[in-house]
Amino acid sequence: MIENRPIVTFFTHVMLILGIFMIALPIWITFVASTHDEIRMVQSPIPLWPGDQFFVNLERTLFGAGLSGTENAPVWLMLLNSLAMALMISIGKIAISLISAFAIVYFKFPFRMTFFWMIFITLMLPVEVRILPTFEVVANLGLLNSYWGLSIPLIASATATFMFRQVFLTIPDELLESARIDGAGPMRFFWDILLPLSRTNIAALFVIMFIFGWNQYLWPLLVTTDTSMTTIVMSIKQMLEAAEQSPQWNIIMMTALLAMVPPVFVVIGMQKLFVKGLTETEK
Amino acid sequence: MAKIALEHIRKAYGPTEVIHGIDGEIKDGEFVVIVGPSGCGKSTLLRMIAGLESVTDGTIRIGDKVVNNLEPSQRDIAMVFQNYALYPHMSVFDNMSYGLKIRGLPKAEIKRRVEEAAHILELTPYLQRAPRQLSGGQRQRVAMGRAIVREPSVFLFDEPLSNLDAKLRVQMRLEIKKLQERLGITSVYVTHDQVEAMTLGHRLMVLNGGNVEQFGSPIDLYDKPQTLFVAGFIGSPAMNILDAVCGGDGKSMTLFNGDVITAASGAENLAGKSLKAGMRPEHLHLAGSHDAQFSAHVDVVEQLGADTIVHGTLLNTEEQLSVRLDGIQRLERGSTIGLSVDPANVHLFDPQTTQRVN
Ligand SMILES: Nc1ncnc2c1ncn2[C@@H]1O[C@H](COP(=O)(O)OP(=O)(O)OP(=O)(O)O)[C@@H](O)[C@H]1O
Ligand SMILES: [Mg+2]
Repeated sequence: MIENRPIVTFFTHVMLILGIFMIALPIWITFVASTHDEIRMVQSPIPLWPGDQFFVNLERTLFGAGLSGTENAPVWLMLLNSLAMALMISIGKIAISLISAFAIVYFKFPFRMTFFWMIFITLMLPVEVRILPTFEVVANLGLLNSYWGLSIPLIASATATFMFRQVFLTIPDELLESARIDGAGPMRFFWDILLPLSRTNIAALFVIMFIFGWNQYLWPLLVTTDTSMTTIVMSIKQMLEAAEQSPQWNIIMMTALLAMVPPVFVVIGMQKLFVKGLTETEK
Repeated sequence: MAKIALEHIRKAYGPTEVIHGIDGEIKDGEFVVIVGPSGCGKSTLLRMIAGLESVTDGTIRIGDKVVNNLEPSQRDIAMVFQNYALYPHMSVFDNMSYGLKIRGLPKAEIKRRVEEAAHILELTPYLQRAPRQLSGGQRQRVAMGRAIVREPSVFLFDEPLSNLDAKLRVQMRLEIKKLQERLGITSVYVTHDQVEAMTLGHRLMVLNGGNVEQFGSPIDLYDKPQTLFVAGFIGSPAMNILDAVCGGDGKSMTLFNGDVITAASGAENLAGKSLKAGMRPEHLHLAGSHDAQFSAHVDVVEQLGADTIVHGTLLNTEEQLSVRLDGIQRLERGSTIGLSVDPANVHLFDPQTTQRVN
């Protein structure tokens, strides 16, 4: 439906601008705060326009000792930890889910449906629900304070398995039969045909899972006691607590800003594949 | 090149048997068409030959080898599917060469074979395109090309033309026929379209409900249908099949309304029995009142230019009848016409066994 009445146009634009304003304003404030020095940030009113301290703050945040009064690792290390955790979770989830979906869709084996339902049931068991037993297992395996401990318990994913199962079910049987006649074994079929055909779905899932992994808070909080293993999302919370004694808002805001950057890059980088995934209809 | 032998082939899905023991031999270089109505088991039979479906009972031989337990890729066959089944993410070249690459053929040989097939099928300009950038007919040709480059001893086709429009179908039909004759590769072709079957096949295997009704040349099937099913299935419009009672001489047949026709070769032992008399619409002729054998009531007249199809009923009965007359014939709806038939063109069937009796 195309409406051309000026009043409607005006109204919709006002609503859109308001919406953008509500989302963008906090981000703008975060950015502005990261460009002033700490003295300016405790005076009121708070500044609305950027100052000239951006690079100074950036250097202090990334490589300095962090917030004075806390015992945090430098922010670059926390970023690295977060990146490692998010990548391990998203890549691990995709790999495991692809393989499980492949097994469930294309192979007949005893208790196939049992496994299928077992995977289904894990939908009801996110890490928050099983956090104590999972912690126990990870602790007994000696994986506390390691990347493996951070990521492995979050890797199993019923959602992704189901999504890939759905994708595989839309691939016509004749394609498998053609491949069989061409002499492709199961692994070749997986590599040469299934993977390329699921490319766009893998990209979409990667974006979602990366952000999911990046934003993990509770689990890293439990399994990391060593400050060198702290993730960036954890540290923001800790900084806020520390801020009650020494309010270094410029550093806190710079950290928050840095925490936002990698997910944004992932979304922008994957956008093209996303759109392709939506417009490419043929399988 | 190879012959294919089917020996007592059965197929059951769980408790339901869908193929009930099929025998037949396909000669080296022969083009055999499996034809029959939907659900009769054509695809199942073809897929068993391909190795995509297990054989419940019986033996399939390709050449001299029993292939029952061989993987499709080990059977030296190539198959063309109804929906083409091209790999959507590969170029035309890669689609055609994928199987050869897996077999480990040298690059130069692969290139030679693909280019040769592309040349035969006029696909050379499209080798680098993706399948979605091709028309239906071109995709069909790529699927054929993929089969050709394997240089198999058997081609299998499962309704390869049914996704094309009518005109293209006729054109591709001709191309497939020429190609098969040129390459001389034993081929099995599944279709439910009897015109396709008649024009393509050296021999036709008519399937019905998982059984072979008749296996013979197109002319055999047309001239001497062995069962009522084949009689009704081959030919368009379909053969007229009327109830008749055999006279004492075994040749004169009294139709339902009392009119009498004669069959060239009858059998004395049929005297007095109820039979089905089959006459093809194109074998019925208009006749004047003194040499008409029976009469019909005209319901619908279809003018096709080259010929005229008359649909009606046997006079004073409900039995449907159609007649194909040469050229343009002006006939009134509701009128009565006299018809005659050459005794050689009357087919007789036993209604109980459905088998031919003359
Ligand atoms: N996987 C299956 N499980 C159970 N029954 C099946 C299966 N595949 C086919 N059938 C049955 O086997 C019979 C033959 O099927 P088939 O696909 O060979 O028919 P067809 O002659 O190729 O028909 P069409 O012209 O519609 O393609 C059908 O009655 C069908 O319902
Ligand atoms: Mg079929």
